[in-house]
Amino acid sequence: MARMRNVPHNMPLTPRNNKKTIGRLLKYLGKSKGKLVLVFITLIISSLAGIAGTLMVSNLINTIQVSVENQSALGSDFYTQLFTMIGIYLAGIACTYTYQRTMVSISTGTLKRLRDDMFVKMQSLPIRYFDTHTNGELMSRFTNDTDVMREMISNSLPQLITAFITVVGALIAMIFSSWMLTIIIVVMIIIMLFIVKKFGGKSSKYFIANQRSVGKVNGYIEEYIEGQKVVKVFCHEEETKDGFDILNEELRENACKANTFANMMMPIMGNISYITYAVIAMVGIAIYILSGGALLSIGTIVMFLMLTRMVSNPIGTSSQQMNTILMGLAGAERIFEVLDEEGEKDEGYVTLVNANIDEDGNITESAVRTGKWAWKHPHHDGTLTYTELKGDVRFVDVTFGYDENKTVLKNVSLYAKPGQKIAFVGSTGAGKTTITNLINRFYDVPDGKIRYDGININKIKKADLRRSLAMVLQDTHLFTGTVMENIRYGKLDATDEECIEAAKLANAHFFISHLPDGYDTMLTADGANLSQGQRQLLSIARAAVANPPVLILDEATSSIDTRTEALIEKGMDKLMENKTVFVIAHRLSTVRNSNAIMVLEKGEIIERGDHQSLLDIGPEGKYYQLYNGLFELS
Amino acid sequence: MIKKLLSFTKGYKKATILAPITMIGEVLAEVMIPFLIQYMSKGMEEGSVETVVTVGAIMIALAFFALFCGIMSARYACYASTGFAKNLRRALFSKVQDLSFKNTDKFTTASLVTRLTTDVNNTQMAFMMCIRMMVRAPLMLICATTLAFIQNAELAVIFVVAIPILAVCLGFIMSKAHPKFKIMLKKFDYLNRTVQENLIGARVVKSFVREDFEEDKFKEASEAVRQTQVKAERIIICQMPIVQMVMYATTVAVILLGGNVVLSGNLAIAELSSFLSYGTQILMSLTFLSMAVMMFTIAGASIGRIGEVFNEVPDIRDDEADANLVPKDGEIVFKNVNFNYAGKKEKFVLKNFNLTIPSGSTVGVIGGTGSAKTTFVQLIPRLYDATEGEVLVGGRNVKDYKLKNLRENVAMVLQKNVLFSGTIRDNLKWGNKDATDEQIIEAAKSAAAHDFIMSFPDGYDSWIEQGGVNVSGGQKQRLCIARALLSNPKVLILDDSTSAVDTATDAMIRKGFKEHISDSTVIIIAQRINSVKDADFIVVLDEGEIKGVGTHEELMNTNDIYREVYDSQQRGDE
Repeated sequence: MARMRNVPHNMPLTPRNNKKTIGRLLKYLGKSKGKLVLVFITLIISSLAGIAGTLMVSNLINTIQVSVENQSALGSDFYTQLFTMIGIYLAGIACTYTYQRTMVSISTGTLKRLRDDMFVKMQSLPIRYFDTHTNGELMSRFTNDTDVMREMISNSLPQLITAFITVVGALIAMIFSSWMLTIIIVVMIIIMLFIVKKFGGKSSKYFIANQRSVGKVNGYIEEYIEGQKVVKVFCHEEETKDGFDILNEELRENACKANTFANMMMPIMGNISYITYAVIAMVGIAIYILSGGALLSIGTIVMFLMLTRMVSNPIGTSSQQMNTILMGLAGAERIFEVLDEEGEKDEGYVTLVNANIDEDGNITESAVRTGKWAWKHPHHDGTLTYTELKGDVRFVDVTFGYDENKTVLKNVSLYAKPGQKIAFVGSTGAGKTTITNLINRFYDVPDGKIRYDGININKIKKADLRRSLAMVLQDTHLFTGTVMENIRYGKLDATDEECIEAAKLANAHFFISHLPDGYDTMLTADGANLSQGQRQLLSIARAAVANPPVLILDEATSSIDTRTEALIEKGMDKLMENKTVFVIAHRLSTVRNSNAIMVLEKGEIIERGDHQSLLDIGPEGKYYQLYNGLFELS
Repeated sequence: MIKKLLSFTKGYKKATILAPITMIGEVLAEVMIPFLIQYMSKGMEEGSVETVVTVGAIMIALAFFALFCGIMSARYACYASTGFAKNLRRALFSKVQDLSFKNTDKFTTASLVTRLTTDVNNTQMAFMMCIRMMVRAPLMLICATTLAFIQNAELAVIFVVAIPILAVCLGFIMSKAHPKFKIMLKKFDYLNRTVQENLIGARVVKSFVREDFEEDKFKEASEAVRQTQVKAERIIICQMPIVQMVMYATTVAVILLGGNVVLSGNLAIAELSSFLSYGTQILMSLTFLSMAVMMFTIAGASIGRIGEVFNEVPDIRDDEADANLVPKDGEIVFKNVNFNYAGKKEKFVLKNFNLTIPSGSTVGVIGGTGSAKTTFVQLIPRLYDATEGEVLVGGRNVKDYKLKNLRENVAMVLQKNVLFSGTIRDNLKWGNKDATDEQIIEAAKSAAAHDFIMSFPDGYDSWIEQGGVNVSGGQKQRLCIARALLSNPKVLILDDSTSAVDTATDAMIRKGFKEHISDSTVIIIAQRINSVKDADFIVVLDEGEIKGVGTHEELMNTNDIYREVYDSQQRGDE
C-alpha cells in the first residue's frame, strides 16, 4: 500500500545519484561490520532453512509412500528424517530471530548516528543557511526522511535479500529434483518479473504524482488552518472550501491510481502462483501416472507445490518494496545533502581567557574565574600577548551585502568606546539588523574592517567572540524547560540566586512569581503560554545573567508596552552600566539617551550624533523629521 | 460515529460493496484449489490421466477466476477508499471552516492539521482494511478450516490446536508492543521539538555559544529514542519467528499424523499437500488479522480525534438571523458586557463594559499588555460572543445579523495577521473579490503600500510565499490594511496593525483612512500615543475595565494611566 508522505514541495521526490548515496549509506551501516556479517549469515540460513525443510517434506512423503507400498509401519528412517526436519526448522527460526534482532540494533544505531551527525552539522551551519532555508525543509529531514530510511534499511533491504536467496535456492533445489516441473516454475517467475517491471514503472510514476498531490493538499491545509482567523474575518469560508475541493479531488485521482497499482500486485502475484500450482499438480500427476512413478515421485510433486508458493510470495512482496526503496534513497540523499553543507568557517585563533590585571596594567592568564577577561593573542613568532576585554568596537568603512550584487551596507564607519550606548534608527530594511549580524560574525566581512578591542574580529574565535557579546532579539525564542532553565541559558553555571537577580533586573520577577509554579513553570512550544512582552522580558533576563561587556538590543522591547518599558528602564540602565551597547529601536523614546545615534537610510549612515545635536540639524534633518513626526500635534 | 463514517462512502457506494464481494469470490476460488487435489489424487490412483487433466483444468479456471476477482477487488477497494478519504477530508475541512474562534482555540492549529492529514490517512487505511483484509482473512480462515475438516477431520484437528496458539501469541506480542510504541512516539515528539526549537532559535543558540550544550541535549534525546525504539521493535520482531514456528510445527504435525492416517488408508498420499496448503492459508490469514488489529488500534485513536472535531458544536451560529438585514451604519454600542474565554466560572476578562461609539467616529484604544484591548474589539465582528450583556452594531444586536453580512461590514485587521500564497492582487482581493484594478490601487495607496508594491519587479502580480515570509513585517501589515480597506467597511478595526511601520508611514496611513473611508467608524488599538491622539476620543483600558474615555487633552488632564503612558513615551525629551 502506498503510504502518504509529506515532502516539502521544492524538494526532489526521487533519488538522483543512487550509486553515491548507496555507497555512503553502506559506510554508515558498515560502522557495525560484525553485526552486518551476522545478519547476512543468519539471513541466508533462515531463507535456506525454509527450502531445506521443504526438501525434507518431499523425502518424508516418499518414505511414507514406500511404507504404503510395502504395507509396513513407519520405520526409523521416517523418524530420523522427521527429526532432521525439525532440526532444520529450529535452526531457521533461531536465525530468523537473530537476524531480526540484530537488524533492530543496526537500524536504530545507524539512524541515531545519522540524526546526531545531522544535528551536529546543523549546529555548525552558518546563519546564512537558516536565513535561506525554511525550517520545514530541515525538519522534514529529521522526521520524514529518516523514517523512510528506517523502513528501507530494516524492512525492504532484508526482504529483497531473502527474496533473492529463496528464489535462487529454490530453483537449484528444483533443478536437481525435476527439470520438467522446473521449467513451469521458471516460466512463472519470468511472467511475474515481466509484470513487476511493466507495472513497477507505471506504479512509480503514479506514486510520485500522488506524493506531489499529498504535499499540495497538506500545504493547503496547513496554510489555511494557520490563517483560519483571517478566513473568518473576511467570510472567505466558501472560497477556501472550493479551493480545497479542487486539490482534494486531484489527490483522490492520483491516490487511486497509485494505490490501485500497488494493491493489484498482491492478488496478481498470488493468483499467478495458484495457476502455476494447478498446472504443476496437473502436469506432475499426469507424468507420474504416465511414467508409472519412474520420472517423478509423489514427494517431488508435493515439494514443487510447496515451493511454488514459497517462491511467489517474496517476488510479490519485493515488488512492493521498490517504491519504499526509491523513497528511502531519496530520503537518504536529502540527508546527505545536509551533511555535505559547508559548516561555519572559523579561522580565528584569538581566544577569551580569565585574567588577572595588576595595578600596572600587566595582564596574566588565570585558571579560575576572576571577573576580568582578556583576549589571548598568539603571534607568528610564537609570542603571546594579552589584551583586556573592554568592549571597544569599530567599523572601518564596512560595505556588505547578503547577495554579491545587492549592497545592504555602504561605507559604514563607527566607533563605540567601552561603556557607550550607540543607537541605530531607520526604517525597515535600512540595514540596522545587518550591523548586528556583522558584529557577532553571523555574516563575515573582509579582514580588518571590524575591530574589537583593537583586534580584527576575523582573528577572534567565533565562540569566544560571541561569548563576549549578548544579544536580545525582536523575535524572542525560548526553549522547552522551566523559566529558571531558560534564564540560566545565558550562563550555564549561574546559581538560582543569580537567575532571580537577573529576572528582577529585567522586571520579569513580578510576572514569574505570578505563574502557577513560579520559576519552575514549564515553558512549552517556544513559550506559547507567555505573552510576547513577557517573553521579551525573559530574554532580557537571559542576557542579563550572561553579563558580557557588549550588549546588542535589537528591538528588544518592541512588544513591551511603554508603561512597562518605563518600569524596566531602571533595570535596563543597570544592565547597560559599563557596557558597550548597541540599540536598535523603532521607538525614539528608547534611544533618546544614547551617546550616539546613527540614522541609517538605504545602508548608509546619513546622520550621526547625540539626540540634541541631531535635533539641532533642524527641519531638513531626517532625525528631526522622525522626531517631530512623533509629536506633530504637541 | 460508524454511521457518520459510512455516510462518507457517498458516491462510492457501489465500489464499497463490490470490493468485499469480489474479495469473497477470490477467497472461495483460492481455497477450492488445494481442495480439488483429492480428486486429482483419485484420478492418480485410478491411473486416469483424463480425470487429472479435467480436474487440473477446473483448478486453472478457478485460479483465473480468483485472479480476475482479486484484480477487481483491488480496484474497487482503491476507488472506494480514496473516495471515502476525499469525502471525509472535505467534510472535516468544511467543519473546521465552520468553527468559531473559540472552538479553534480549544483544538490549536497544529492538532487540527494533524487531524486533517495523519488521522484522515489512518482512517482511510482502516477503511481499506475493512473492505479487503477484514473480509479476506476471516473468510479464508473459516473456509480453509472447514474444507480441511471435510477432507479429513483427524488431520484438521491440528489446525484447531494451532490457530488458538498462534492467535494468543500474536495477541500477546501486539498488546506488549503497543504501549512501548506509544512511549517511543512521545520520545520522538521531544526529539522533534528539540530540533524545531534549535531551528527557530538558531540565532539564540549561536549568540550564546550553546552549540555543545544543545548537541548534548539532542544526543540524550536521540539516545532515548533509540533505546525505546529497540525495546518496542524487539517485541514486534518476535512475530515472524513465532509465525514460522507454528507454521513449521503444523508442517511437522501434518507429516507425522498424516503419515499414519495415510497408512491406515483413510487419506491418499497426494492429499497431504492440500493440508500443507491449508496450513499456509490459515496461518497467514491469522498473521494478517493480527496486523489488521494493530492498524485498527492506531486508526481507532485517529477516528476518535476526528470525531471530536465533528462533534464540536460551532458556538457562534446565525441560523435564525434575517438574511436581508445589513448594519445600517457604523454605530457600536456595548451594553453591560461581561466576557471571558472559557465559560462563566472564571473571572471575567472584560468587566462591566459600557460604551457607545457613534457612526463615523475615530476611536483610539490604549492599554497595557493584558488589558483586554483585543478581546474588546473581537466582540464587534462576533469573533466571540459576549458572555453577558449585548453588543450592538448599527442599532441591532450583532446576533441579529447573518455572520456574512456583519463581517463584510465590520473589517478587522488582526494583530497576528496572515497573507496567503498567491499574488499581491489575489491577496488584496480577499477584501472584495470583484474589485477593479483602480480600486485595488486606491486601497493600496491609502494603506501606504502602493509605492513598495511598485518597487517589486512584478508589481501587483508579485508572488507572496506561504505566510508572507518574503515581505517585511511592516510591508505585510500595510498589505493587510489595504486588504481590509478594499471591503469598504462601515467599521474598520485595527488591532495594533502598524506596530512594525515607522511613525511617518503610520501617520500617512491614518491620513489615508480620513480620505478613503471618512464615513466609516475606525477603531485603532495602538501602543503609541501619537497613533491615537488625534482620534475623536480615546478609550483607556486596564485589566478589562474602561478607565477613561475622552479626547487626548481631556485624558491628559483627568486620567493617570493615560498620562503615565504618555510620559513613558516622552521621557528624555528636553
